[in-house]
Amino acid sequence: MLEINNLHVKLEAEDKPILKGLSLTVGAGSVHAIMGPNGSGKSTLSYVLAGRDGYAVTDGSAMLDGADLLEMEPEDRASAGLFLAFQYPVEIPGVGNMTFLRTAVNAQRKARGQDEMSAGEFLKVVREKARALKIDAEMLKRPVNVGFSGGEKKRNEILQMAMLEPKMCILDETDSGLDVDAMKLVSDGVNALRDAGRAFLVITHYQRLLDHIRPDVVHIMADGRIVKTGGPDLALEVERNGYADILAEAV
Amino acid sequence: MTALETELRADVRDGVDRETIDTVQAMSGSYKHGWETEIEMDYAPKGLSEDIVRLISGKNNEPEWLLDWRLAAYRRWLKMTEPRWAMVHYPDIDYQDQYYYAKPRSMAVKPKSLDEVDPKLLATYEKLGIPLKEQMLLAGVEGAAEPRKVAVDAVFDSVSLGTTFKAELAKAGVIFCSISEAVREHPDLVQKYLGSVVPPTDNFFATLNSAVFSDGSFVYIPPGVRCPMELSTYFRINAENTGQFERTLIVADRASYVSYLEGCTAPKRDTHQLHAAVVEIVILDDAEVKYSTVQNWYPGDEEGRGGIYNFVTKRADCRGDRAKVMWTQVETGSAITWKYPSCILRGDDSQGEFYSIAIANNAQQADTGTKMVHLGKRTKSRIVSKGISAGRAQNTYRGLVSMHPKATDSRNYTQCDSLLIGDRCGAHTVPYIEVRNASSRVEHEATTSKVDDDQLFYCRSRGMDEEAAVALVVNGFVKDVLQTLPMEFAMEAQSLVAISLEGSVG
Ligand SMILES: Nc1ncnc2c1ncn2[C@@H]1O[C@H](COP(=O)(O)OP(=O)(O)OP(=O)(O)O)[C@@H](O)[C@H]1O
Ligand SMILES: [Mg+2]
Repeated sequence: MLEINNLHVKLEAEDKPILKGLSLTVGAGSVHAIMGPNGSGKSTLSYVLAGRDGYAVTDGSAMLDGADLLEMEPEDRASAGLFLAFQYPVEIPGVGNMTFLRTAVNAQRKARGQDEMSAGEFLKVVREKARALKIDAEMLKRPVNVGFSGGEKKRNEILQMAMLEPKMCILDETDSGLDVDAMKLVSDGVNALRDAGRAFLVITHYQRLLDHIRPDVVHIMADGRIVKTGGPDLALEVERNGYADILAEAV
Repeated sequence: MTALETELRADVRDGVDRETIDTVQAMSGSYKHGWETEIEMDYAPKGLSEDIVRLISGKNNEPEWLLDWRLAAYRRWLKMTEPRWAMVHYPDIDYQDQYYYAKPRSMAVKPKSLDEVDPKLLATYEKLGIPLKEQMLLAGVEGAAEPRKVAVDAVFDSVSLGTTFKAELAKAGVIFCSISEAVREHPDLVQKYLGSVVPPTDNFFATLNSAVFSDGSFVYIPPGVRCPMELSTYFRINAENTGQFERTLIVADRASYVSYLEGCTAPKRDTHQLHAAVVEIVILDDAEVKYSTVQNWYPGDEEGRGGIYNFVTKRADCRGDRAKVMWTQVETGSAITWKYPSCILRGDDSQGEFYSIAIANNAQQADTGTKMVHLGKRTKSRIVSKGISAGRAQNTYRGLVSMHPKATDSRNYTQCDSLLIGDRCGAHTVPYIEVRNASSRVEHEATTSKVDDDQLFYCRSRGMDEEAAVALVVNGFVKDVLQTLPMEFAMEAQSLVAISLEGSVG
């Protein structure tokens, strides 16, 4: 599904390399986790895949089901099925959460040549999915992420994901800031979406999330590269011993 | 007067993507009402003179007093100079090089009813989405439980074509007709109130209007009556090289209520056209008037060719105790906007509100705001202004809040927010505040910000294209003001915000 090959990325403004030859393949139906020290480039990777400005790709490629992601506008990547749950969700004052969701859903449907969802149908679906995430009606009416607590923002990202039904879901530290119960809600939300046609790339610092969302593959990222790949046990090893041994081994 | 002048210019962050600015810029020019109605017109001779003033007065069969009133204004106007204090720049206007009166030939004999009006003219309004048949309602009200009736006065160049729902309104005692008709049918009311809020000597453009106004709307709501439907006037400029000078007079008698809407559009032309209107509102004890405008005159092209010069004087006089007025304006059109809908809070406990969205894109220039003149005790006013600048546009909020010595225990709250799109436009805030008694309070808040790249990226990462993302973010910015509009207008305004910003930036 997602195929990243020898990706080199630098910050446009500072001419500073961040990703230094990153390769990663995520197959349909699988869940991959990425762990790695602060500043290793995990969020940068997710932004570059989603198409944020400010990065220059100097080498390598990133394909989504054979389509060249790096050539596409951010909105086209979204309509092609890519979704990023932001590490820091953005506030949009004055724009109701529901309006935002509906605009997004219909924009993607339009891009795919589908009819817009009717107001009634949309409302029904959104209520149902919000209920599962314990997002109340009041929060749906409030402006996007404005005044939301850290955990509410993260749950709101998962609601967007559930509504948009992307095929490639990238979750950037969705677990940070979640209390134990919210972690369970979010994980259940993600697990409910798991199916053969969909893949997940879960960026996290903690094993806790991976207890709920069992990954098939775990990658360790350091200094802009994947330095080790293994099974779920790799996450446990990081949890116990930190990164020192793995990094030493990689050099 | 203490003129407290602040000028806010936001720093533009480096992150703005040049390329997106240019791409979006290239998509500009989607003014939806720029077409023209091909129709035979009768013009008064070009230029301005006493003869032209007499001719206009004669066309409307006016009484002697009104002709004298016009002539006095004209003579005074000759001695006045055009105000140039606003932050707008334009070449001198040649007042002799335009027409002051243009009327469709088919209107030479005034049709008895709208049914008899030239089908071409009726088709014009149909194309604009303005219902001139009483069974038709304003289109596009999604989710409205029951569509509401809106009475329309349709003004085409210099004349009113007719007014809908007159009979139904008359049953409630409401008078709604063109001002030329009111002069003939209700001379006492007109003579009593005309010029009582905006005197013919008020300012250069108002004085010009007093001399040459050709038509406009008249509203009278009798004591205790809540107007049974919304009233509206739709102004269409069609004729080339012709100024439109309309005059609107609204009188809300004791404890009455009316909501009035005003819309306007004009064809795309590469020459400028002058529009100098006057709106006067008189509000007596316990009465309330809501006046909403969606101003969508042709704004000119990206280079600043063409577009309407909109020099307008609007004022409401809360003459009675507990009188209330609310101005809401959505200013998206015009090459130049010079407009300060004002409230004279004369009655004790009277209230004035001003809500404004002013969008200036490309080469547009807007200098707009309000005056809140507190004269009565315990008077209250509220100003919420949202200015949006894009392209090379300049957008100025200019507002006066004045508390008279007798206006004790009065309050004003002003909130003035500017949003910049791109790095070549400007936003300016010029508040004048004078407080001449110790018990009154004035609060002023101002912010200037830029459309945030992170917000746009967030929207785009969810599948919205750049224009949709800008429109969504901007609609969020203006939400407080949109909410004050009647529903039909709010939706029109919302889509207009998006259209006006086509060709702006990310
Ligand atoms: N706009 C920027 N300006 C300067 N430096 C940046 C910018 N964006 C990223 N960086 C740097 O790039 C490196 C990678 O950052 P990134 O956010 O991708 O790390 P991360 O792996 O997500 O870290 P964390 O685990 O703390 O979230 C860091 O050293 C960061 O300081
Ligand atoms: Mg990160």
